[in-house]
Amino acid sequence: MKNIIKITPPLNIKEIVNFRAGDFVNITGNIYAARDAAHKRFFELIEKGKKLPIDLEGQIIFYAGPTPVKPGYPCGSVGPTTSYRMDPYTPSLLERGLKGMIGKGLRSKEVIDSMKKNKVIYFAIVGGAAALIARSVKRSEVIAYEDLGAEAIYKFYVEDFPAIVAIDSAGNNLYETEPPKYRK
Amino acid sequence: MNKIKSIQIKDKVKELFLKANYHINQDLMKLLQQAQKKETSPIGKYVLNMIIENNKIASREEVPICQDTGLAVVFVEIGQEVHLIGGDFAKAINQGVKEAYKEGYLRKSVVDDPVFERKNTKTNTPAIIYTDIVPGDKIKLLVMPKGFGSENMSAIAMLKPADGPEGIVNFVVETVKKAGPNPCPPTIIGVGVGGTADRAMVIAEKAIARKMGEHNKHEKYTAMEKETLEKINNLGIGPAGLGGNITSLAVHIDYLPTL
Repeated sequence: MKNIIKITPPLNIKEIVNFRAGDFVNITGNIYAARDAAHKRFFELIEKGKKLPIDLEGQIIFYAGPTPVKPGYPCGSVGPTTSYRMDPYTPSLLERGLKGMIGKGLRSKEVIDSMKKNKVIYFAIVGGAAALIARSVKRSEVIAYEDLGAEAIYKFYVEDFPAIVAIDSAGNNLYETEPPKYRK
Repeated sequence: MNKIKSIQIKDKVKELFLKANYHINQDLMKLLQQAQKKETSPIGKYVLNMIIENNKIASREEVPICQDTGLAVVFVEIGQEVHLIGGDFAKAINQGVKEAYKEGYLRKSVVDDPVFERKNTKTNTPAIIYTDIVPGDKIKLLVMPKGFGSENMSAIAMLKPADGPEGIVNFVVETVKKAGPNPCPPTIIGVGVGGTADRAMVIAEKAIARKMGEHNKHEKYTAMEKETLEKINNLGIGPAGLGGNITSLAVHIDYLPTL
């Protein structure tokens, strides 16, 4: 296992370009959870030239909709949703300064092109590990679109949140480079 | 005539949905542990280890295994000598789902219409309910909280008899290949062959719930299950789609008479 790199958002381009697909990272700091419905609203606001409810500059969005919080816990179970659901809206968020995305699965060519242009990292986390991942979420609050329920925007304060760089800012893509090594 | 009250059905459905969202069966845990030993990719091993740890935490603390607690699917076998009393049968099932999702802190993801408003029903109902009338005086319930990461990767093919077993195996392998990392590998693959298009999908879904490690009783179908699993694992997709030898843990094929 490689060394684990610690990172703290907001991210800047100088540090982003050093990350390579396959790096293991631990994220500590604030990240935002948002899914399709919130992305659609962001996209519509951007189209209309309006202000977004959060400043995206240097931030990381986690594609997730947690379960309701069980009493005594800071957060419900929370793992990644399939990222391609967000692809149609993603390039316009990257143009607005978003620097990191956390999810699972493949991204469209448009998203990867925009990641290279804007210097953005796509992190993968393990689907099916939501109870474990929730342990790194220390505080959680809904900060916008409460009407969307589980699809609202949450602000999570995370400590040592475990992720893997799946696609780096140069476009190196673990989903393309790793499976062929094990193909028979 | 065995009288069964609808409230008993409601309570059982509730209990089963809580159990299904918090605990995985030991047979599946064993398969995951074997897979962790077999996996040669370091990332793959790391992913499987996280999944195993996750299942232990979820079970111990009674919290959901996955944030996608699914669309509630219920298979019911009703003995023909059962007399249902005390209220509407489908309502009882939906009430059980509603109570489990509310009291168990499970995510309520169901939207009323799939295209336009997509308004959340806030109860995770209605459930999808399949009923079969069978001999006997008992009711058997099988519940499945169907997560949509995997559901969205479903596929159907209308094959010709001339396509033979290779045609079926190739279609399943291609479907898994196309899905890649999206259904959160390692997966369990349910396959339904024969019947009609709609029935084949239903038996495929039900096949997922077969006890792990068991094969179709027909030896030619057993061979097809083994061959399909081997070909899938040769794709190299691996745990979380990040490369490895373990893409699926099991392939369960069921079939029906057809034309």
